[in-house]
Amino acid sequence: MKTIIQMTVNGELVESAVEPNRTLLQFLREDLDLTGTKHGCGLGDCGACTVILDGKPVNSCLVLAVQAHGREVLTIEGLAENGNLHPIQQAFVDKGAIQCGFCTPGMILSAKALLDENPKPSELEIRTAISGNLCRCTGYQKIVEAVQEAATVIDGTEVSS
Amino acid sequence: MTLPINNGNEGGPPGIGVSIPRADAYMKVSGREKYASDYYGEDLVWCGVKRAGVPHVVIGEIHTRAASETPGVLAVLTHSDVRGTNRQGVLQKDQPVLADDKARHCGDAVALVIAEDRHSLNKALDLVSFDYELLPGVFDAEEALEEGAPILHENHPQGNLLLSGEYRTGAGASAMAECDVVVEGSFRTPRQEHAYLETEAGWAQVQDDGRLFIVCSTQTPFRDRSEVAEALGLDLHDVRIKAPYPGGAFGGKDGVTVQTLLGLAALNSGGRPVRMQWDREESFLAGTKRHPARLYYRLGAKRDGTLHCLDVHMVLDTGPYDHLGGVVLALGLEHAGGAYRVPHVNLKGKCVYTNNPVGGAFRGFGVPQVTAAIEQMIDMTAEKLQMDPLETRLRNAVRRGDKNSIGKTLVNSTGLRECLKALGEHPLWKSRAEWKAGAGAFKRRGAGVAALTHASGYGPVVPDVANAKVELTREGKFLIYSGVVDMGQGNATTNLQIAGSILCQPTDGMELVLPDTDRTLPSGSASASRCTYTFGNALIGAAENLKTRILQRAADLLMARSRDEIVLIPGGVRHLVSGKDLPLSVIAGFMDEAERISVHHFKAPTAPENFDAGPGIRMHGFPHTLFSYAAHLALVEVDELTGEITVCRYVAISDCGTVVNPQIYEQQIQGAVAQGIGFALCEDLVSTQGLILTQDFAGYVIPTAADVPEIDSVPVEIFEPSGPFGLKGVGEIAMNGPLPAISNAVADACGVRIFEYPMTPERVLAAIRDACKRISE
Repeated sequence: MKTIIQMTVNGELVESAVEPNRTLLQFLREDLDLTGTKHGCGLGDCGACTVILDGKPVNSCLVLAVQAHGREVLTIEGLAENGNLHPIQQAFVDKGAIQCGFCTPGMILSAKALLDENPKPSELEIRTAISGNLCRCTGYQKIVEAVQEAATVIDGTEVSS
Repeated sequence: MTLPINNGNEGGPPGIGVSIPRADAYMKVSGREKYASDYYGEDLVWCGVKRAGVPHVVIGEIHTRAASETPGVLAVLTHSDVRGTNRQGVLQKDQPVLADDKARHCGDAVALVIAEDRHSLNKALDLVSFDYELLPGVFDAEEALEEGAPILHENHPQGNLLLSGEYRTGAGASAMAECDVVVEGSFRTPRQEHAYLETEAGWAQVQDDGRLFIVCSTQTPFRDRSEVAEALGLDLHDVRIKAPYPGGAFGGKDGVTVQTLLGLAALNSGGRPVRMQWDREESFLAGTKRHPARLYYRLGAKRDGTLHCLDVHMVLDTGPYDHLGGVVLALGLEHAGGAYRVPHVNLKGKCVYTNNPVGGAFRGFGVPQVTAAIEQMIDMTAEKLQMDPLETRLRNAVRRGDKNSIGKTLVNSTGLRECLKALGEHPLWKSRAEWKAGAGAFKRRGAGVAALTHASGYGPVVPDVANAKVELTREGKFLIYSGVVDMGQGNATTNLQIAGSILCQPTDGMELVLPDTDRTLPSGSASASRCTYTFGNALIGAAENLKTRILQRAADLLMARSRDEIVLIPGGVRHLVSGKDLPLSVIAGFMDEAERISVHHFKAPTAPENFDAGPGIRMHGFPHTLFSYAAHLALVEVDELTGEITVCRYVAISDCGTVVNPQIYEQQIQGAVAQGIGFALCEDLVSTQGLILTQDFAGYVIPTAADVPEIDSVPVEIFEPSGPFGLKGVGEIAMNGPLPAISNAVADACGVRIFEYPMTPERVLAAIRDACKRISE
């Protein structure tokens, strides 16, 4: 039996009828066509499906769509504003933190959750924060550099504004 | 679609040797890149596979009725529904699409279900069953060669022996008697899983014109097209394969995964689009793996450290199908002696069928296994002679003009000595004694090196060719048709860089067309460290050719004396004498379609030497002619109480020719080192009696950001005259280094050597305990 749910996704209110066993990941990808959120394992091991739910990073494969009812979801598609990349996205481009790119959306959202809480993380704090997001291509070094770069840019923007 | 790309040169044409941002970065970073697993569409149906679940059986009746009657199920298909050969494989067509006579490993596909939705699909898959007669299985490659072992392929003339090679130079193993020191070692390397983040996935539909259209995560769209057509009984030209950027591949998508199954489903879905994506457990079960290897080595040297004789016996477990196992064996044999001059060599290798998971291509392709062995044998030799390991390598390292360990004369750039010398000058090598002395309580520190070589291309028989295509559109834009898949290694960007540099266009003035059998030209697989070498050479020809045509037409239009007076500028041409500019759109208007499209074919050079290493070994790629080189350094800390190894720092010094894009080059090195660290320390797809015990990322552990150290990549840029802009392959070589470098470092730290991998804390502790016992006795 389907349940009516409402949630804010990337700033927009959405309402839908979903099966109770539908995961947030399936809901985002298949009902809302937000395929930037990736399916990597379905078991919460790889982090490719990371989204931000009420400010906290979650594996959307482990959250039921009905559990997101009344809550706020941010996916990779909602991070850029008016076509301008978020500083973390821009830093991933500039630092070459992307290869196949399949872990990238989840990685960026984990980094955002970190920088929202801790704007000046140490390298160890960055590595710990993204250790739930597997990447098979990069060896992580350029990802760490990108997060460091983004932290500097965000910090600079806030001071100057 | 044209992407807003900052090319790092204020909108100007990209330079060679400059880190222009990746062409795919913007779409990937914004979540808008569409991977094969992102294809859904109107009226979609889902398909999935019933796997055998038993390692070796004769298949009887397959019961599909209950599944067929499940609400939401469109069809349940078995081998009898396949109209073609129902066989796939790259060299040996020994793998059924849907099992008919037997199942030979737990991951064999028995039935294909098409359903309206995921839920009905899973329900129906549970309801498919089949009668079978259990056969004894064989799960050990050496036991599979014994008399009386259960046979996997009754029609295969050599029983369970897929392919063997035997090769000798000089006096062979008998020269061991002439050596002052001889060391022996037996090594076991694990079954490594590719663990790409995007599992095997795709989408297919029969188009209005009756042709089968497949979008899939693949490294080999053109070979896939042939395989699908043959297996399903279709005309080659009735199949179209489109290859978006895969979400990682590393060799695991070098060949058919979902393609034929998807094609079969699409032929039976009433024209509706079908989608298939393996879940992680299915990917572990049915996908290919790095061949587990047993390596038996003897290495003899003279008192001064000169290598004299090498005797190698290796056995690779290919599982139930060839896939690319024979080719992996040939490359392993070729690299078994590393990049050294050894006058007397005896090599024997066997690739063997078992009922284990399927072995296949995986970055390194047999070379990580043999490098693990030879690079530790060198350290063991150096230790016995009380010589410095780096000095021992320098003494024997190949130079251009030398014969390498299989007697192949090295005719291309050969920078191993330069890499080793640069390592000797690296601050981390020079300060290693102080660093080691800084170990805390119950910690031991060590430094280990490894010298590496890796061939590129397909070898002497299978043509390593690429066909590049560049088009100037009527609107004055350049289209660069990439014939080789970019699975993340960045060659699509490098293609733009090469074309942009020749045509003097910023990257945003060009558009990439990704591999598609209807649009791009056959250019081989994304594999074998060949992508940019082979395709780049073809692309230079195509771009230069088009440039000449444009300049000539412009010269005619501008009444120039010759085309030498005309240059390309971003978006147009300039007549240097009159200073007049013309936009490309105007020139394009004066060219017909045949003139605006330029294609160029390139075939990579091959080794003329005709070495006899046994029937079929040459066909499988032995020997190559072009090699990259590297020297690696690992600094490790071992916890004596837990056995845990921490890689603290890593240095990779590489001769892969000139560097076209430093950022992409570093990505290749750093990524391969991380995979190599996993191979060395934690990755092992454990299977017992053919059943996989590590079924997810909780059981099969790959390195996280917390496990990989800072990696210092240092290029030694030696111009390779045959390479595009002087480059050589960089995709695989760094995968070969971490295991031996780390193991050598562990030996340096603790005085114990591990011979079975990965080097888990349990194995390290056991080795330390054994050593303590030996000392106390």
